[in-house]
Amino acid sequence: MPAIETSGLIKRFGDNTAVDGIDLSVPSGGVYGVLGPNGAGKTTTIRMLATLLPIDGGSARVLGHDVASEADAIRGKVSLTGQFASLDEDLTGTENLILLARLYGYSRPAARSRADELLTAFGIADAGSRQVKTYSGGMRRRIDIAASIIVTPELIFLDEPTTGLDPRSRNQVWDIVRALVGGGTTVLLTTQYLDEADQLAGRIAVIDRGKVIAEGTTGELKASVGAGSLHVRVLDPARRSEAAAILRTILSESVTEEADPVALSARLDRTSSVAAALPAFEDAGIAVASFAIGQPSLDEVFLALTGHPADDESARTNATERTETSS
Amino acid sequence: MTTLSKDASEQAAVADVLRSGATRPPRPNAVASSLSFGWRALLKIKHVPEQLFDVTMFPIMFTLLFTYLFGGALAGSTTAYIQFLLPGILVQTVVMITMYTGVTLNKDIEKGVFDRFRSLPIWRPSPLVGALLGDVVRYSLASVIVLILGLVIGFRPDGGLLGVVASIALLLIFSFCLSWVWTMIAMIVRTEAAVMGVSMFILFPLTFASNIFVDPQTMPGWLRAFVEVNPVSFLVTSIRSLMSGEPDATKLAVTAAMCGGFLLVFGPITMRLYNRKT
Repeated sequence: MPAIETSGLIKRFGDNTAVDGIDLSVPSGGVYGVLGPNGAGKTTTIRMLATLLPIDGGSARVLGHDVASEADAIRGKVSLTGQFASLDEDLTGTENLILLARLYGYSRPAARSRADELLTAFGIADAGSRQVKTYSGGMRRRIDIAASIIVTPELIFLDEPTTGLDPRSRNQVWDIVRALVGGGTTVLLTTQYLDEADQLAGRIAVIDRGKVIAEGTTGELKASVGAGSLHVRVLDPARRSEAAAILRTILSESVTEEADPVALSARLDRTSSVAAALPAFEDAGIAVASFAIGQPSLDEVFLALTGHPADDESARTNATERTETSS
Repeated sequence: MTTLSKDASEQAAVADVLRSGATRPPRPNAVASSLSFGWRALLKIKHVPEQLFDVTMFPIMFTLLFTYLFGGALAGSTTAYIQFLLPGILVQTVVMITMYTGVTLNKDIEKGVFDRFRSLPIWRPSPLVGALLGDVVRYSLASVIVLILGLVIGFRPDGGLLGVVASIALLLIFSFCLSWVWTMIAMIVRTEAAVMGVSMFILFPLTFASNIFVDPQTMPGWLRAFVEVNPVSFLVTSIRSLMSGEPDATKLAVTAAMCGGFLLVFGPITMRLYNRKT
């Protein structure tokens, strides 16, 4: 039985269809990544699956239970770590965990010792007696996740768990996610970063404008996007278009002039002769500040899958986000 | 794997707490989960004591202001007026403060923590019931302040301690039930300022167009008609009867019925809105 199965899932906010017929099949165990830009419908989908939002169409089953008619059974087995602080900022870390442990049915002393145990395991025991609003972003993420595993869930939703974190905190969150999976919990995580999905997820669904536009293993997804991309920064912005022309000739790929006036990027496939570009720049006397080959970015994935960059969405989807947060 | 040993031990620690969290305690009942949320409300008072300003300053201001403003004119002396006014001003103060229940909830519910509460397998109304139970503590504090101040400036209840305690108990029950009106408004209206505005619009007629300050005999017929069906008037009359040691069973029964009415009408409406809130 898949952990999550949705068919034609729909959510509307007024005239805006935030989730427009999503079909997902998330296998039990492991990490399933939902990748997409802001406003693609990731959070709305998670909120419906976690029984926080009623669905407007289609159907969804979570751990074998229907979200519409068996919400309570689902609530007993899953937990959710939202994108925004999902703890009481005025309370201390320990108080938050005790409160939640009590709500799961722990006795007062058992709740206390469970809270201490979790704070220690997540490396925030020292901060237990401080109000959560004084926590750093990384600490807050860790205690958010700690709060979600007071009782070990069969399925955990992590909504953009690393957005806004520094690399060290991000790595700590990734370690926690790996430990969760090791313990047998299924993790559904949303992210805007392809490398995060690549690091953690076995399978990925790419969502755009409320629809799944690609689904598969990370390998399959990357194969559809190309091997990677080339990022070049020239020293003199005046010579950027000249550099772009050289790259176009060498790579026979389209080259994008980024918003940053010295930056260029190009998609690469396996046969691209990147190495020839550096001597060509030297011959032309174009000084290069950086020259890097990287994984395709989310923008590049979107460009490849949809023919439009993820940024195109922002104007339209900001309206969606507003509706979601204000209603 | 290139995992450092520190990372490995962190992962092992997390794996340990996952194993020990696998045994699930029995679900708490409605009372236990509501009390846990009441504990949350008390913790918030502990961490943000400024929120006691309204329950300490309003009672003092109201009692002193109205006693000395109207006392001489309406009853000849403040000592004579306080006997009449105190039960009323007690009701006025606490009923006015119930408004902050809605204001606080409106702000609270927008935060991410309510998503977590709503995703827990608990009795659905418990976060709201718990918040109201916490407020009952605030209302008790306000009641005690009004009473002590009243006793200092000359109020002498013939009903004695029993009458006073019964009065406060009735007032707290009424306030708990009335608060469901504000929780409903908190679910409908978008901003806390708007909750305040709507609540004021309801509370002013409810408290001033009542028998708190003057005997309705002197009012024009249309106003008297409103005053005599106003739930606050029934509550004030009931409390006056308890304080004076001559309980008015009819008025008490009507007041109790009105409390039940508030709870049964506005409780389910609030919960319906709460469940559908996005």
